[in-house]
Amino acid sequence: MISANELTFIRGGRRLVDAVNLDLKPATMTVVIGPNGAGKSTLLKLMTGEIRPDGGSVLLDGADVTTLSARELAARRAVLPQSLALSFPFTALEIVRMGAIAHGSLTPERDARAALHRVGLAGFEGRSYQALSGGEQQRVQFARVLAQAPQPVENGVAKALFLDEPTSSLDIGHQIAVLEIARDFARAGGAVLAILHDLNLAAEFADRLVVLHRGRVVASGTSVETLSDRTISEVYGISGAVGRVPPAHIPFILPQARHG
Amino acid sequence: MAAEGFRETGDRSRRATLVIAALAVLLAVAILVSLTTGPTAVGFHDLVAYVTGGADAMAAQDRVILESVRLPRTLLGLLAGAGLAVSGAMMQGLFRNPLADPGIVGVTSGAALAAVVAIVLGGSVLAPVAAFFGPWFLPAFAFAGGLINTLLLYAIATEKGETSTTMLVLAGIAIAALTGAATGLLIFIADDRALRDITFWSLGSLGGATYAKILSVLPFITVVLALIPFLARGLDALILGDAAAFHMGIPVQRVKRLAILAVAAACGATVAAAGSIGFVGIIVPHLLRLAMGPSHRFLLPGSALGGAALLILADSIARTVASPAELPIGIVTALIGTPVFLFLLLGRNGSSGLRGL
Repeated sequence: MISANELTFIRGGRRLVDAVNLDLKPATMTVVIGPNGAGKSTLLKLMTGEIRPDGGSVLLDGADVTTLSARELAARRAVLPQSLALSFPFTALEIVRMGAIAHGSLTPERDARAALHRVGLAGFEGRSYQALSGGEQQRVQFARVLAQAPQPVENGVAKALFLDEPTSSLDIGHQIAVLEIARDFARAGGAVLAILHDLNLAAEFADRLVVLHRGRVVASGTSVETLSDRTISEVYGISGAVGRVPPAHIPFILPQARHG
Repeated sequence: MAAEGFRETGDRSRRATLVIAALAVLLAVAILVSLTTGPTAVGFHDLVAYVTGGADAMAAQDRVILESVRLPRTLLGLLAGAGLAVSGAMMQGLFRNPLADPGIVGVTSGAALAAVVAIVLGGSVLAPVAAFFGPWFLPAFAFAGGLINTLLLYAIATEKGETSTTMLVLAGIAIAALTGAATGLLIFIADDRALRDITFWSLGSLGGATYAKILSVLPFITVVLALIPFLARGLDALILGDAAAFHMGIPVQRVKRLAILAVAAACGATVAAAGSIGFVGIIVPHLLRLAMGPSHRFLLPGSALGGAALLILADSIARTVASPAELPIGIVTALIGTPVFLFLLLGRNGSSGLRGL
């Protein structure tokens, strides 16, 4: 439904995003991984229409996103940014309510409450956003995004979620909880694009994994296809770490091992 | 009570509605106080008699005082106070910064400079322009001056949609210094009559209120108040940042342009009619955020009511404390406003949100 075609973005003579082709399909959770400075966030900004590409295009059901209005885009996709600091004392509910209003909700308070409940923040409605921990703030923002796209498919039209490092401030339990909500969204027919740094979570949750390196897609496919020793060593400079356990004296916690 | 209710539910709309109702009552009281105080003893009973019994129920002299002194003065205070407080609240939303008061960051001084230009040169070089604009000559000039400074400030202090407090305040100081120097130059070449007008402008006063002045301000303030419903949601979303607002379907550039125009219109019109009255734009929104939260759908209408009430009351104080002489109203608002400003700056209240900026 949203596709990048030969997408290119140049700043200071550097190709931050370089001829990227990427198709976000309904009912698919796409995860983008890559080292710092690979162009992941820039790619997400281009695909949401926040910034204009220097080459190529992003099409939403065939229409170039740069020609669509903010309102038209907001009706089709919601975006979770990396982190947000506020200079005014909004409550958690008031933040999430903005998402519900953006969705056109006629009962924004009720829908905002439901979204907070979904991210496990029931009871946090009246808390000042500024007084919350980084992880709680991130989940409030995630609730705002869910309030803007409460149904993965509405009137036969699929919605998309763009999540820029949705788990960066979260403990492992909440990382899994947030990604499960995102995956459920995809299972129910929505499209999800998430940027993740944790390769284990990426491997577990991605229907499709995209490895970005120096602005280019270097691997794309299922996690089994993409997370090879060769790719990880080429992109991250770490070799011999895929599918192997560390020596006995170093404990390790692999979240995907909980599935037994 | 209401306070506990919102702490549980996070929903402050009921509380905000109550605050707005209370402000409406306060404004009504302020209007009554303003109409019934002054050096001449035209009191509450006279007012009641005037309203119920018509013009004949009052001595001719008292009627003149009421109709051509106190009433226009009160009406001008209403418009100017509403305009100042709303433009302050809008500017703080636009800059995402509770310190952004049009007076502090140089918008008012830009409007004042343009007004001084109009006064000093209106009779000579700019005479054709003055003839063209008629009664709107001064407000139009002040509006343009305020607009130029707002745009300058925004261009200097904002980078990629983010405004840093330091840049905002420093840019405001620089712009205010420049406009101050230009104003000084004009004062240097001004004649005696213009000089008196300029002195009056620099501290602000509702003293010269006439119905003609009210009419010249009215369209500007009306437009600003009419913009409130169109800007409230956008300004709320902008608090989360340009990108987040865009993602929620807000036409960011349009909202910003409208807000800048509204701030300049309200400041320009007010400065043209009443001089530069400081701090109303920071006191009222700040107190209201403490009382009802920062959401603009309540903050903007609340600021209109609260600003009007504050300025009318401040004017009543200005003309009674040193009676029969009159204090410039800017002194009264500065006395109330400076502590509020310092309080905000020092960030002793966590909800002021300045810590960490």
